[in-house]
Amino acid sequence: MNLAGRIDAVVIGASAGGVEALTVLLPALSARLRPPVFVVLHLPRNRPSILAEIFAKKCAVPVREAEDKEMVAPGTVYFAPNDYHLLVDQGPQLALSADDPVHHSRPSVDVLFESAADVYHDRLLGIILTGANDDGASGLAAVHDTGGVTIVQRPDTARAPHMALSALKLRPADCVLTLDEIAGVLQTLDASPTSMRMS
Amino acid sequence: MDAEVTQAAAAGREFDIEFKLLIDAIYHMYHYDFRGYAPASLRRRLKTAMSRFDCRTLSQLQDKVVHDSATFSALLDFLTVQVSEMFRDPAYFLALRERVVPLLRTYPSLKVWVAGCSAGEEAYSLAILLHEEDVLSKTIIYATDINTRTLQKATAGVYGVERIAGFTANYTAAYGRAVFNKWLKDHIVFSDHSLATDSVFAEVQLVSCRNVLIYFNRALRDRALGLFREALCRRGFLGIGVKESLRFSSQSEAFLDFAPAERIFQKRAEL
Repeated sequence: MNLAGRIDAVVIGASAGGVEALTVLLPALSARLRPPVFVVLHLPRNRPSILAEIFAKKCAVPVREAEDKEMVAPGTVYFAPNDYHLLVDQGPQLALSADDPVHHSRPSVDVLFESAADVYHDRLLGIILTGANDDGASGLAAVHDTGGVTIVQRPDTARAPHMALSALKLRPADCVLTLDEIAGVLQTLDASPTSMRMS
Repeated sequence: MDAEVTQAAAAGREFDIEFKLLIDAIYHMYHYDFRGYAPASLRRRLKTAMSRFDCRTLSQLQDKVVHDSATFSALLDFLTVQVSEMFRDPAYFLALRERVVPLLRTYPSLKVWVAGCSAGEEAYSLAILLHEEDVLSKTIIYATDINTRTLQKATAGVYGVERIAGFTANYTAAYGRAVFNKWLKDHIVFSDHSLATDSVFAEVQLVSCRNVLIYFNRALRDRALGLFREALCRRGFLGIGVKESLRFSSQSEAFLDFAPAERIFQKRAEL
């Protein structure tokens, strides 16, 4: 699957087993990556997240923890801070919220995906990885319904298949792939500069 | 697929238009001003409200809201933050206790403003802290919010027993054991105030406004920070949420870092 020029932003959701999965995907991103990548990974509460620091060392692209009201920079990976929802707002800029957890999760994959679908419409790529709860299924459905591209990790290759199965139950995905195959798709995103077509 | 997508795009545009109309209608009808709120969270809350009020579109919701003030009151609970915790972010309260209170103690009387207090958890947390530091007796805490129904809950000061465990975990993470007394209320004035439309009502030594500015757009955030700057005495303190910042704000010059990790700032002496 070649998505060159087709995508303006990527959203990724993962839970149990997510760190390992992201360790395959994020270091594979090329320094020429154009779209920003927003990541929600569920973590135990009340612990500051060091994900951005960990992955910054392993990646060729800038990796940061998302800050409220920050303008979105191209080719940058943003992690949701722990205990806040991450949303994409018009601009596009980042927004945080302390609203109730969704599917017992804050940050929630659904909240990120649905807000990003409102901003990027059909220019969004949504990816659901390993996880043991239902968060992300309605979010990926929102990406699908606004014409975005959806990828789900092959459930039999996920450490916890529930999240992928739950997403596939709600809507068919454009692709069901292994992590290595998903990494390959992400590498097509830098092949040509995408037009920043924003509403 | 293409027809579905076109339909979804059209629905998105309709939602955008109806969203602006509803926010305007609420402002003109009830004088609650959500026009400066960051749209992403507000949209999400409105979508939740639509399903709760059994409305297929925002226009249907607007019809109910405009013609029935009871529906508006119920909607307000969706539009304003309902959830807060005692001692959320224990490190913040520890920094207040160890670094800010020693300076506050030197004032003959103290005024504290908890802006956007929702159901009062933050105001009660501060009252407990100030009581333990033996300065509550000379303190008035103004706790303000736009939602009068939530303020009633705050004034009652009664929280579900299922929430106490979480409160206590936060508290013990900060320092030891929990004390909860009703007379704490004697030092808290709960009041209706909007950071979007109202002005400053008192001079205070400390403003605590956490996880409120994230819901505002930049212009409204700057307005709120302007109010805090105006309300604070020279070298007064401002505490914001651990994931909030004064970066990119027209008011950032007015404040100096005091406890940066805990997001506590001090108003410049020359202002």
